[in-house]
Amino acid sequence: MYDVVLDFLQHHWLGQGIVILLQCLAVTVPLLVAVAYMTYVDRKVWGSIQLRRGPNVVGPFGLLQPFADGLKLMLKETIVPSSANGILFLIAPIITFLTALIAWAVVPFSDGWVIANINVGILYLFAISSLGVYGVIIAGWASNSKYAFLGALRSAAQMVSYEVSIGFVLITVLLCVGSLNLNQVVLAQAGGFWHWYFLPLLPMFVIYFVSALAETNRTPFDLPMSEAELVQGFQTEYSSMPFALFFLGEYANMILLSALGSVLFLGGWMAPLPFLPSHAGWGVLWFALKIAFLLFVFSWTKGTLPRYRYDQLMRLGWKVFLPVSLFWVVLTAAVLQFGGWVPKG
Amino acid sequence: MVLQALAFYLFAAVTIASGAMVVVSRNPVYSVLFLILAFFNAAGLFVLIGAEFVAMILVIVYVGAVAVLFLFVVMMLDINLAKIREGFREFLPVGTAIAIVLIVEMLWAVGVIGTRSPTVEAFNKAGPHVATIDNTRAIGQLLYTQYFYLFQVAGAVLLVAMIGAIVLTLRSRPGVRRQKVGEQLYRSKADAISVVKVPSRGGV
Repeated sequence: MYDVVLDFLQHHWLGQGIVILLQCLAVTVPLLVAVAYMTYVDRKVWGSIQLRRGPNVVGPFGLLQPFADGLKLMLKETIVPSSANGILFLIAPIITFLTALIAWAVVPFSDGWVIANINVGILYLFAISSLGVYGVIIAGWASNSKYAFLGALRSAAQMVSYEVSIGFVLITVLLCVGSLNLNQVVLAQAGGFWHWYFLPLLPMFVIYFVSALAETNRTPFDLPMSEAELVQGFQTEYSSMPFALFFLGEYANMILLSALGSVLFLGGWMAPLPFLPSHAGWGVLWFALKIAFLLFVFSWTKGTLPRYRYDQLMRLGWKVFLPVSLFWVVLTAAVLQFGGWVPKG
Repeated sequence: MVLQALAFYLFAAVTIASGAMVVVSRNPVYSVLFLILAFFNAAGLFVLIGAEFVAMILVIVYVGAVAVLFLFVVMMLDINLAKIREGFREFLPVGTAIAIVLIVEMLWAVGVIGTRSPTVEAFNKAGPHVATIDNTRAIGQLLYTQYFYLFQVAGAVLLVAMIGAIVLTLRSRPGVRRQKVGEQLYRSKADAISVVKVPSRGGV
């Protein structure tokens, strides 16, 4: 019986389809739960920073708050402004949500636990994350509202600027690994936390994290949604489910960038000490802990730092991060070449 | 195999259809969005022939950067498409001629007509075989050895274009107040704050 089922799943096209579907569900469902609880953790962390309690009414410790919020959003009426471009107005949040989800196809959760173990995994992630900007810019244009449009322009300019430095950060890591495959990136950092890349590439790790904040429009770079000037930026005209999709997409993007950060710099699913197990389920545990740590830093910055001014933001991206990361690419290449550490592919 | 063929026809059909929509659609923003769709499906075609590196670079460079700038410009400018369309019939023969030249070149390059072009032959001879090596590495090995000078020249051309764009748009306007970040950072408490003893009824 068992053999028959296994054979069907492995060789019949329908069985293979079912397996792929189950794999996708196994990634997306925990991801969406993580997104829901990320909103809860965010509010709890800010609450603690501001000496408040945060959500504590719905369910024990307020644990059911995210579901209450989700339900509330779902039951609201979807309003499409009469002057908006109907089709694009509804496509925009779908693009944001979809790009945040499909990127997870190449993220390795444990040794070999990945939906698509492709050779150009890093480039795929970079390509998909560069698509997120379309959701924003289309939303801003289709809303046909000044606030939304200005917010979208700011956001798009910001995302495009900081992508450049993220690109250079990726290149330095690639130089050290010698492969574009994300599983190889993790394997290259095997053997305890002192082998992880955040130590030799510390400046790049900092640049990566700050750029990730800018990519996801989080404080101190949340200019696209600065309430005092632009109401809610490109989301101003959105309500109900389309708004919820934007919201989910943004949080999923944050988790994605944290995951990428932990793969590139914190050893992905590797255990912090060499004698600890990091196979199968253990790998998922270490990976989740690292992501949770980076997400905590996301909330922490939001609770601590004031907002940047627009010109300061652009100056930081183009005049500080770009030259520094470019210099670091050249330096890393030189050190690898002349130190004899060029990875053999 | 059937699935691959289906995927090919899907990607190819959508590429051509969206390419046509780029030219036909009345709203320039729609044109750019269809252009993006065309890029995407072209990337899908590259993946199908096993050129995943080219596919990813196509998405990163064209969809992620170039098309965003197109979209920016098109959204900001108030383009009157009817005015642009006026010269359509006038330029139709020129456009058709260019299209025909391009098609003939492409057919010649892949060897459908005439003999195979020398570059393709050279590539096949020189290149590391794709079956034994992943194609990111293969492209790197070719670009930095056989085509090194061409690669450098391409880089130089891009640099010149970049400097040209900066020179064309750089202008110094009088009377613009700029944020001088260095000065702002070097301000200390001593030169920013002064404590004044104000005599009562006297004012400052």
